[in-house]
Amino acid sequence: MSVAEYFELLFTDYTLRTITLGTAVLGAICGMLGSFAVLRKQSLLGDAISHAALPGIALAFLITGAKDTNILLLGALVSGLVGTFWIRGMTSKTHLKSDTALGLILSLFFGFGMLLLTFIQKQPNANQAGLDKYLFGQAATLVEEDVRLMLIVTGISLSILLLFWKEFKILLFDEDYTKTLGFNTRFIDILITFFIVLAIVLGLQTVGVVLMSAMLLAPAAAARQWTNSLGVMIVLASIFGAFSGVFGTAISASQNNLSTGPVIVLVAAVFVVFSFIFSPGRGLLFREIRFRKNRRDLKLKKTLQFMYGIVKDHENISHPHAIRILNNFQGFTKKSLQRLEDKEWITLTGQQWAMTERGFEEAKNLYSQQRKDD
Amino acid sequence: MTSPQIEIQMIAAVVAVACAIPGVFLVLRKMALISDAISHSILPGIVAGFFITQDLNSPLLILLAALTGVITVILVEAIQKTGLVKEDTAIGLVFPALFSIGVIMIAKNANDVHLDIDAVLLGELAFAPFDRLILSGLDMGPKSLWLMGTILILSLGLLFLFFKELKVSTFDAGLSSALGISPIVMHYGLMSVSSVTVVGAFDAVGAILVVALMIAPAATAYLLTSDLKRMLLLSIVFGVFSAIAGYWLAHFLDASISGSMTTVLGVVFLMVYLFAPRKGLLSVLYRQKQQRTEVSLITFLLHLNNHSEEEERHINHLNEHINWQKIRAKTILDLAQKNNMILIKDEIVFLTEKGKDFTQRALEYIMTNKDERIEHMKDDFFLFRG
Repeated sequence: MSVAEYFELLFTDYTLRTITLGTAVLGAICGMLGSFAVLRKQSLLGDAISHAALPGIALAFLITGAKDTNILLLGALVSGLVGTFWIRGMTSKTHLKSDTALGLILSLFFGFGMLLLTFIQKQPNANQAGLDKYLFGQAATLVEEDVRLMLIVTGISLSILLLFWKEFKILLFDEDYTKTLGFNTRFIDILITFFIVLAIVLGLQTVGVVLMSAMLLAPAAAARQWTNSLGVMIVLASIFGAFSGVFGTAISASQNNLSTGPVIVLVAAVFVVFSFIFSPGRGLLFREIRFRKNRRDLKLKKTLQFMYGIVKDHENISHPHAIRILNNFQGFTKKSLQRLEDKEWITLTGQQWAMTERGFEEAKNLYSQQRKDD
Repeated sequence: MTSPQIEIQMIAAVVAVACAIPGVFLVLRKMALISDAISHSILPGIVAGFFITQDLNSPLLILLAALTGVITVILVEAIQKTGLVKEDTAIGLVFPALFSIGVIMIAKNANDVHLDIDAVLLGELAFAPFDRLILSGLDMGPKSLWLMGTILILSLGLLFLFFKELKVSTFDAGLSSALGISPIVMHYGLMSVSSVTVVGAFDAVGAILVVALMIAPAATAYLLTSDLKRMLLLSIVFGVFSAIAGYWLAHFLDASISGSMTTVLGVVFLMVYLFAPRKGLLSVLYRQKQQRTEVSLITFLLHLNNHSEEEERHINHLNEHINWQKIRAKTILDLAQKNNMILIKDEIVFLTEKGKDFTQRALEYIMTNKDERIEHMKDDFFLFRG
């Protein structure tokens, strides 16, 4: 099946439509909430929480004995939240740093989850097969009910986001100020963390434990490069996330033996790389171009300054001088002289140059901040 | 105990020690999560190495995979240097991408390759004794024991050789460069050792649990001591203890060995986290409560010192004016009275001589903020605590 065929099938094939819709919605909600994680410097929280959710899934199964997705996800949510707040407690009450706390919760919870999973596998219960899809994620197992759940959660978190928009925004940028304004920062903080954990837990089934952190981060990191406005960033991140979901599903469906999760992550990574390089404001390419342009400008102005030093003692500023006398100043080339002429700062005639009125004014004002650069 | 059992425990203990040593430095350098990133991103290196050598324990594979680990670190630093995203975001972007590449490489060649992600991510110690090193027909013991043993001796040797350099560059990078010890060389050296250890250990305990073995013993030891040598020793002890206790837990539950090793590590950490003498949660909470009381007491004494009017010094006034709850007001009053700082006559509070002296010192401290003033007061506070 080629990618083109996939898009044709999208409208007729039920399974394909469900999976695509699921990954798209997941990408969107992850992009939306991931923006907050990235801006709050909690990027790796996603990684820690997705691992920390595992014992919750196993315990939920052990207690209920049923493999109902909603109950398992509830278990994951609870253990994810326990993990998050333990990380908080560790960094605020002991002198363990946040990276150690994240790594501890990640690995210890995951190890405990593995213990429970292997313990469950030895139990004489035929029902247990398939729990490990939460480890690596299988988009193919998404059913309409899962997608509906995702849509509901997206709807709720979107309305909460709009409702508390002002509070979220101010908390992101200045926590102390928020406190002095009388907002309950603790409540806002818990609210936003709760939704981040919720998004992570939702994604487990689709992309799995390991890749969840990239789902959360990549769209947001890409979107961050294009804008400095929080609102625009969130919208962009959702769009990037949704597109990664759709393209990832399309590519993996069009090939054999290609699981969806990794492909989605790689598509998202392509978005990130593209944004890093080509975004006009912050991108590496334009930064390099700006850098070169500035350097050239600086050189040009240095030449002009040197000429000014020669000219300013003459009565007639436009008196021609030989290019030769610039020789003990090495910062000029034929090209830069040509460029100076293009700007009408000097005139060139044969081996001689003469400063114009404009060039003289320009050079005089080089170091004063009175005039804005054009 | 059968001989495979002993061998499993030996491998587990060696892995634990080998992980604990770089782990201590990673935790101290606030780079604990790099171990997580490395443990995931070595996957493409392992897969590529496996395609070439067809042997999970071959030295070439270890080298290739460790190289991928170092590349991860370099990539993370390169992204960070652009200033486009923060460090943690850079880590979070790099390793899932590399891991995905590894997963796809496995998936595309799944038919003829005897390697799956479960094995790499989770590992299985129980099978380790069956992969034996045979030298000219002689059974030399399990391959992974030799492998991890070599890595352990290597990192122990490096530790002893460069202990001073590692120490100074960990705690003061500026001083270290001033002394002519390049922190960058130390950094990449540590990263290389960590990569090699992670790669060597993933086969036995799995990629994610390597992270636990690296971070958890070091973090546990960090809560108990502030001395580098003692921290190294303690984390080795915790690592080995959890490895062996974990094996027996797995034995009784009939569950994954690496999972139960981590669980034991988790329990040990939890205990230390709660009960560590000075840095544990309970002692921190207790200290914070005491400090709150101390501040309240000083506030109260200063208040008495400032007011000679009777109504300001009436007992009921405490609740109204300073806005304290009844119980808190009573605790403070009792405490002050027990230490002879105040006298209560007809529900009016008076400062005693000792109280006046104490308040005077507190005032001087607040106004001059010189340390020696608070030192004497600290002695007085010990009176309350005792």
